[in-house]
Amino acid sequence: MAEHSDPNAPWKTLSGIGTTAITAALFLFFLQYLPTVAAGEPVRWVIPWIPSLDVHLSFWIDGLSLMFALLITGIGALVMLYAAKYLAGHPQYDRFALYLFAFMLSMLGVVLADNLIALFVFWELTTFTSYLLIGFGHADPKSRRNALQALLLTATGGLALLAGFILMGVTQGSFEMSQINAAGSLVGKEFYTLILFLVLAGAFTKSAQVPFHFWLPNAMAAPTPVSAYLHSATMVKAGVYLLARTHPALSGSDLWIWILSIFGAVTAVFASLMALRQTDLKQTLAYTTLMALGTLVMFLAGSTGYAITAAMTFLLVHSLYKAGLFLTIGVIDHATGTRDANLLGGLKKAMPITAMAAAVAGLAMAGIPPFLGFIAKEVAYSGALEMHLWLFVVPMALIAFALMFAVAGIVAYKPFYGPQGELPHAPHEGPWPMLLGPVVLGVLGLLFGLMPGIAAHYLIEPAVHAVMGAPDRGGRVKLWAGFNMALLLSLVTFALGFLIYLRHQSLRERLARIEAKSPDLDASWDRFLDWFVRFSKVQTGLIQTGVLRQYMFATFTVFAVTVLVTLVARGAGPLRVSFSGLGIMEWGIAALITAGTVLVLMTSSRITALVGLGTVGIGVALVFITYSAPDVAITQLLVELLVVVLLALALLKMPYLDKGNVQKHSFPNAVLAIAVGALTTWVLLLVVDQPFDRRLTEFFEGASWTQAFGRNIVNVILVDFRTLDTFGEIAVVLIAALGAFVLLKGMRATKEEKK
Amino acid sequence: MNSIIFTAGARILVALVFVFSLFMLLRGHHLPGGGFIGGLLGAVAFIIYSLASGPEETRRALRVSPEVIAILGLGIALLAGLVSFFMGDPFFTGQWYWVGGDSYETAAFSINSVLVFDIGVYLVVLGGILSLTFAFEEET
Repeated sequence: MAEHSDPNAPWKTLSGIGTTAITAALFLFFLQYLPTVAAGEPVRWVIPWIPSLDVHLSFWIDGLSLMFALLITGIGALVMLYAAKYLAGHPQYDRFALYLFAFMLSMLGVVLADNLIALFVFWELTTFTSYLLIGFGHADPKSRRNALQALLLTATGGLALLAGFILMGVTQGSFEMSQINAAGSLVGKEFYTLILFLVLAGAFTKSAQVPFHFWLPNAMAAPTPVSAYLHSATMVKAGVYLLARTHPALSGSDLWIWILSIFGAVTAVFASLMALRQTDLKQTLAYTTLMALGTLVMFLAGSTGYAITAAMTFLLVHSLYKAGLFLTIGVIDHATGTRDANLLGGLKKAMPITAMAAAVAGLAMAGIPPFLGFIAKEVAYSGALEMHLWLFVVPMALIAFALMFAVAGIVAYKPFYGPQGELPHAPHEGPWPMLLGPVVLGVLGLLFGLMPGIAAHYLIEPAVHAVMGAPDRGGRVKLWAGFNMALLLSLVTFALGFLIYLRHQSLRERLARIEAKSPDLDASWDRFLDWFVRFSKVQTGLIQTGVLRQYMFATFTVFAVTVLVTLVARGAGPLRVSFSGLGIMEWGIAALITAGTVLVLMTSSRITALVGLGTVGIGVALVFITYSAPDVAITQLLVELLVVVLLALALLKMPYLDKGNVQKHSFPNAVLAIAVGALTTWVLLLVVDQPFDRRLTEFFEGASWTQAFGRNIVNVILVDFRTLDTFGEIAVVLIAALGAFVLLKGMRATKEEKK
Repeated sequence: MNSIIFTAGARILVALVFVFSLFMLLRGHHLPGGGFIGGLLGAVAFIIYSLASGPEETRRALRVSPEVIAILGLGIALLAGLVSFFMGDPFFTGQWYWVGGDSYETAAFSINSVLVFDIGVYLVVLGGILSLTFAFEEET
């Protein structure tokens, strides 16, 4: 595969070591908050951003955000070091390091942001960086397609999320998540159902719940470090984070309990079956990640101490062992050239450290004591037994955990023991930068299991506190909880899991047959996109005819209808028109303008029409002069002159007028023109009829000389009081000129090519 | 247009209109005029030249291409705004420096960011319209 490095290439590059070092420093930075947050004191920073819209860059560190921040920076640093070696010598490695680093920062933003709008911005940034990373091997059309699929699905969910956030902020009167949660539950309030559906749409697409799951296995087109980091340990958990974060405000309703339980459970069981069916180890891990996400969503359906503790413990342990296993698979792939479960076996001798790391991670995944995974499973069963829908949740959890036990055997045991298959090249031990990650993560899983008090006190319990909105009684996370229902269920899980492992070859074939018959959502997605593109083509063909006359007609029709509807709806009063006080000059100007208009309408020559239009323009300039607005008059006159020159130049290039065509359209055009003219006149007369508000005029008359040292008010407004507006306008002038310039040059270039 | 009279007359006319455009730019703060009107007039001057002698000859007379003039203008306008930023005032606040006195009444003349901004406007309008016109004229 092209993504593999040259083993002799230098890997200690600035981009690799630099990003790793900064991420590790951030990890240490967050580590210092552990005691404060464990004592129940959240930390908050605020930078005002758009205060008028209540949008701030506010950050909030409580138990939940801190646990995520530590996972993001800790695993991030290990993955970046790993990637430096994994992709050493890759021509675009620097770009990769940049994407990965940008992702890390965006993800930190998601979990630290307190303001909903800021959270949304970071949320979308993770989507974009994920898109870039999945599509890193951009020469391969399949990876481009998979990247686009992930982008479209998660960004659509993100838009729903934005709508949900806005409704939530308006309903609770604040856009700060901490205040929304403090304001109490939203259940039963106006818009609750809508908010719930919108937020769930965002969370479920991001965390790949069935039926939005299909993008996640496809996202494995990304290089392995990315799969380990984004699509297992961090980004896909953003949806879970969101559900946990909004838990105090949104949970507790029947709707919440049913939706989360059912979607979570179905995702978990479906994904663990699919994991068993795969032969590519990376795909197997992708589906077990899906299973973990489903399990987390399922436990967040509950509100009891055990359910939430189960979710948080499982989240922690899963991030540790799954990132470790992904990295291990990367090492195996790197060393042997294959990830096929049927080929791999007996690698223990050649790769002892990798085998150790995989074993530790696999034991945690299987939930064997004394690993933290075992505790997570125990707490999970206790939580499931407490839930409303326990009759449904407990069996689903049992099936999922048993399948996961079997999969852990396939991923972490089978490649290293038993007979060795036919490998593309002879196995060798991985280099240390690639082993450090799996070893550290595996050892952490073991240490936390042996000393569950530390993990519980500093990480799990503060997170549970944050999710529940109140401190939990604690003491739920322990290695030996006595003989109880949960232990019994664990023993059943081991037995069932072992049976499945022994028979996994035949089960895999059976699952493959079922899969072949069931509907393929991935292919449906492609069909949907094809249909959408066809629809866009038809729609574009209808609207963008390419005929200028039709565009003008549509624009003016919309204008006329809008003005008319507004005037009628607002009950516009009758017109008071008075012709008194008009001298010979005013009548003369009016006659000049009318004569110009009549000339335009009557002539059959374009040049004559242009002259007529110029006459109208000069008439308007005369009006400005009569009413003592010399600046406007001069500008009008000059613009009119330039328009005539430019149009004359353009007319030289145009074909002769087709008289028949003109006549065909003249009737509807005349009706529209008269309507627009009459309506504009009506509106203007109504405006003039209002008493004139002189406040602005008086301000500028007074301030122009005293504050801006200028006597020409128009100019002073342009260059002093409203400079930013003028700056915007001249920027538009420049862009328009450059645009036209490029367009005309481009046309010339095309013509020359044709010649 | 191949008219000797127009070509000969245009040379004088161009100079007059161009100087007039500068005059309009400079007097703009107190009397009708300013960067926008000045820029339009300047464009008219060179368009006359271009109608008389062709766009290629006008480009040579300008020395700098109109697109560059417009971009430079926008840059100068931006600089006028940045000055106030560095002086600690809100962006685009007019900055005044009095020469030979300490207020408008006593000073002989002033150096200010407002005129610099207006010169930027002048250049953008001049360059923008000329690049548009030349593109039309050169398009075949």
